[in-house]
Amino acid sequence: MSVTAAADIQLTASGRLRHFLTIEGLSRELLTRIMDTAESFAGVTAQNVKKVPLLRGKTVVNLFFENSTRTRTTFELAAKRLSADVLNINIATSATSKGESLLDTIRNLEAMHVDMFVVRHAQSGAAHFIARHVAPHISVLNAGDGRHAHPTQAMLDVFTIRRAKGGFAGLKVAIVGDILHSRVARSEIWALNTLGVDEVRVVAPKTLLPAHVEALGVVPYHDLNEGLRDVDVVIMLRLQLERMGSAFIPSEHEYFQRFGLTEKRLEKARPDVIVMHPGPINRGIEIDSAIADGPRSVILQQVTHGIAVRMAVMSMAMHAGPDLEVPV
Amino acid sequence: MNQADFDVETLLARLENSLREELARRRLDDPAMIGVHTGGAWIAEVLHRRLGLSEPLGYLDISFYRDDYPQSGMNPDVRASKLPFRVDGRNIVLIDDVLYTGRTVRAALNEIFDYGRPAEIVLGVLIDRNGRQIPIQADCIGGRVELEPGRRIKLTGPEPLQLTMRAGGR
Repeated sequence: MSVTAAADIQLTASGRLRHFLTIEGLSRELLTRIMDTAESFAGVTAQNVKKVPLLRGKTVVNLFFENSTRTRTTFELAAKRLSADVLNINIATSATSKGESLLDTIRNLEAMHVDMFVVRHAQSGAAHFIARHVAPHISVLNAGDGRHAHPTQAMLDVFTIRRAKGGFAGLKVAIVGDILHSRVARSEIWALNTLGVDEVRVVAPKTLLPAHVEALGVVPYHDLNEGLRDVDVVIMLRLQLERMGSAFIPSEHEYFQRFGLTEKRLEKARPDVIVMHPGPINRGIEIDSAIADGPRSVILQQVTHGIAVRMAVMSMAMHAGPDLEVPV
Repeated sequence: MNQADFDVETLLARLENSLREELARRRLDDPAMIGVHTGGAWIAEVLHRRLGLSEPLGYLDISFYRDDYPQSGMNPDVRASKLPFRVDGRNIVLIDDVLYTGRTVRAALNEIFDYGRPAEIVLGVLIDRNGRQIPIQADCIGGRVELEPGRRIKLTGPEPLQLTMRAGGR
């Protein structure tokens, strides 16, 4: 999918968000607006009634062709805090396993007058495919497609960075681990470069870095001690053991010896460094428990921010019609 | 309404006096004040200071409670609501700049009730204009104006606070 094609389908003619499929092709202004809106939604948890009526009467379908707990539950909570009705469809046990095609599944759900699909799929491009074929009033949000993109995770990560650091200028960010299999890394790289950080590093063994990774606008490192030097933010990635055979790493133990984040290694980074991880974490494989539970970890803040960011994207994509003049 | 009535300082002084009288009449001691973003917040900041209220000022952005959301979509300039006090059992002074259709106040009341159950709410507005679409009236006003349908009156600020007339639009 080229940049322009993705941007075309995601945005309305007036540049408003219609689907949210990838960070690629979105402007710094739009990413900033998503974060600003999320900032407002973060305040909703201060209310007695932790809900706003914005999507009252709308139906959001969580269409998960791949397992997920954190992403699905935070999308579900986000929709519920916007007062939408939520339908969770576990495809593994549904009609597609009886041979129904993806498009037939979509058409049937459309016939039930739903308003938004949140899609996770093992196939790269699945959310784009659905977005190209849904009825015009339906918005599609990508909750992770294959190795391609996970844009709401990237947005909650940059939102967390902005809250901790105040902005992006001058920041050095290291993304450490399984870059090759990671849709999160790809979306983060787009978001961080669009928002104008000083430098994005990717730190991984050669076997876990895509070929020509520099073309994404990152500096590759194969040594963690070097890669962590003077960074402001460390994003640890989960070693996707279920996506890889034995060929990628010699052993989990050896991986931790060379690429596991420990207190000693973190001393190379700036003193006010923050440590992030999209979860679920493999303790003792990519990250030491003392770091994950320590004062520099913002891993649980990421989870909290995930709800506000998903509320922002959902509310912005729903009704992305033309601006009308209405009296206040 | 003649040109002199557009003087924001005069309108503010009238609204302040009216609020003092209303609060005294209803015996509402130590109320909390809430300004509606953006114009209402500017007015509220002035009134909060002049009335010497002890509770910090609250702010509401009613974007998430608007009833025209399906037509107009998300307001790109939405801010966070911040009510730095307990709403349950409080007497509240709600301040907006212009009372027109009544829909903003309806949304603000709904949002306040999602924070808790206030004891009493007093509504104060700088300008009360014609064009109400739902049965909401202000308790205290700075001034009234009759405008032709489609004409708008808008507060700009915060420094200086000024009222301008224009045709249509937001």
